[in-house]
Amino acid sequence: MSNDSGPAQISYLPPTVNRSAKILIAGHFGVGKTTLVGSISEIEPLRTEEPITQASTAVDDLTQLPQKDETTVALDFGRLTLNERLVLYLFGTPGQRRFWPLWDDLAHGALGALVLVDTRRLDESDAVLAFMEERDLPYAVAVNEFTGARRFPAHEIRQALDLAPHTPLLLCDARARDACLDALITLVHYLAHRLEIRP
Amino acid sequence: MNGRRHGQELVRVYVRTGGRVRPSRELGLVTLVIAANAPLQGLDVEARRIAGLCRSQRSLSIGEIAAHLNLPPSAVKILVSALIDSGHLTVPPAPQQGDAPDIDLVREVLNGLRALRA
Repeated sequence: MSNDSGPAQISYLPPTVNRSAKILIAGHFGVGKTTLVGSISEIEPLRTEEPITQASTAVDDLTQLPQKDETTVALDFGRLTLNERLVLYLFGTPGQRRFWPLWDDLAHGALGALVLVDTRRLDESDAVLAFMEERDLPYAVAVNEFTGARRFPAHEIRQALDLAPHTPLLLCDARARDACLDALITLVHYLAHRLEIRP
Repeated sequence: MNGRRHGQELVRVYVRTGGRVRPSRELGLVTLVIAANAPLQGLDVEARRIAGLCRSQRSLSIGEIAAHLNLPPSAVKILVSALIDSGHLTVPPAPQQGDAPDIDLVREVLNGLRALRA
């Protein structure tokens, strides 16, 4: 990380914006989180890096990482100004279990999560869904349709992911702005419905 | 990304937070802050960079400050917290998001997204 280069173009929010909301874009490595954030963010997506120590990591695929006492987790995020007083942030959230310490902070105050899945690697989404369910963070599942990937009927995907009947499941091309907006609308509609029936 | 260098950087940030290890107030990645136009003299380097980035009539989130200054969000929370205590930064005078999402906020987000889609 270089602190010498000046900050990139900074897009400040207008003075009327005084409220912020947060939605997580979750999924395993390579599933298209950063692509989705880039497709709909009004600013060039930003990245922060947070160090996490191995003391809090243990479990999963650390064998694939160089051995060191500390690793960093990168968060990509984007922004959507929704009206003159409200801004929405979208955080691309890495799914690996070793990043969970960071997730607690990310999940705190989040409206919900859009979980991206790849039908070729559905089993890799287990850890992400487990996290959501343990934290009671509501989510919708969006299948990022990769070119060449085999298409599966919705009920098979639901079964493979063990989704609750009420969990929204939709298709989404993470490269297409409107498709990504539709996925978010589906998620937030679901969130509103949950709050209405369970105030 | 180089973990070793990043680690040293964090140590420096830690020193510049005056050894504080947690923020004095509850701040999140999407907490918005604005400058209060207090003089920057006497501030440590990282605090000065943050205060210098913020504007009085334009808000930025903690996450954006962290990204633009290449600082870990955890360190930015501590520094911003101290800058609020010292009167250099302030949060916009309005309801910030609480712990539990409320239905009005969710509906407003929904309407905003639909307007973007139209």
